[in-house]
Amino acid sequence: MPELTPRSRPVPAPRPPGSGRTAPGGLEDKTANVRPYTVTGGRTHAGSSEVPIESLVECLGPPAPEHAPESRQILEFTSHQYLSVAELSAHLHLPVGVVRVLACDLADEGLLRVHGLTTTDHGRTPATTMSVLESVLDGISAL
Amino acid sequence: MAFPHSDVVTATVAPPASAGAGPLPPAPTTVKIVIAGGFAVGKTTFIGSISDIEPLSTEAAMTEHSVGVDDAGAASPAKTTTTVAMDFGRICLPGNLWLYLFGTPGQDRFQFMWDDLVRGAIGAVVLVDTDRLDQSFPAVDYFESRRIPFVVAVNCFDGVARHTLGDIREALALTAHVPLLYTDARSRAATKQGLVTVVQLAMDRLQS
Repeated sequence: MPELTPRSRPVPAPRPPGSGRTAPGGLEDKTANVRPYTVTGGRTHAGSSEVPIESLVECLGPPAPEHAPESRQILEFTSHQYLSVAELSAHLHLPVGVVRVLACDLADEGLLRVHGLTTTDHGRTPATTMSVLESVLDGISAL
Repeated sequence: MAFPHSDVVTATVAPPASAGAGPLPPAPTTVKIVIAGGFAVGKTTFIGSISDIEPLSTEAAMTEHSVGVDDAGAASPAKTTTTVAMDFGRICLPGNLWLYLFGTPGQDRFQFMWDDLVRGAIGAVVLVDTDRLDQSFPAVDYFESRRIPFVVAVNCFDGVARHTLGDIREALALTAHVPLLYTDARSRAATKQGLVTVVQLAMDRLQS
């Protein structure tokens, strides 16, 4: 039987709990995603890093002629169903960060709504309430 | 004015008629659980065993041919750009709830993604392969230091447990309050048990 490799517990912890996010604004937007950001004109969006990857997007209006193909696709994909930012990334082959920026732009234009934005979730405290957790537990248990 | 309410009409314009199904039902509440672990430990299998949808992968930046989540950097460690994607699945639960499961690479260099990913998460499942226990260390360190509810699930390849949970707990230096269990990523029932355990842990935390 192979030996188990022991882990040494980091003491002190690498980053103390509650010390804030390591990457304000989202490192994802700053590392390697240079080329895909040409879609967004090289921009990020002030609020886009606050959009959770699981937030659902809902189309509110039709695209305008001046919209980029990617923005039009977001509106088309969400015109008859809710889709998360993650699903849009997968279906449209766009990095999550790009979907966030485009979705925020479209929301600013009133063409799209982003659901599940929590106003109190600036830290890492789960926004999940006990009643939601109970529903999740019941739901999984019944699968 | 001929059309005094034209602005209102414009503002409430209906979605494109492609669906023809009228307005959408109320938006589901979304929650997520993070599935972390080392390369090829079975994260996507774990997600796929219980997901309603075939696991999808978020698009990786800066690559056309990144194969899978973990292969991105491992195949060519000298690469200077980070190419990374996440596999994920979705489970629709009663009460208009959508539970997303996000699989995330376990390596240290992907930690920049985790802060973003764990925000608002119920908790995490760290999948472990006892042959490569060290691959789970970064994830365990991370969730431990952030006090994010997490359980450690030992994936028993071929259904064989090769070490006792006591030995694994000791090797991982897990405190007593971290649930540790055997799982089989291919098994829906085993996956379910892992998810139930992390939700219960999150509820315990919320109450304490």
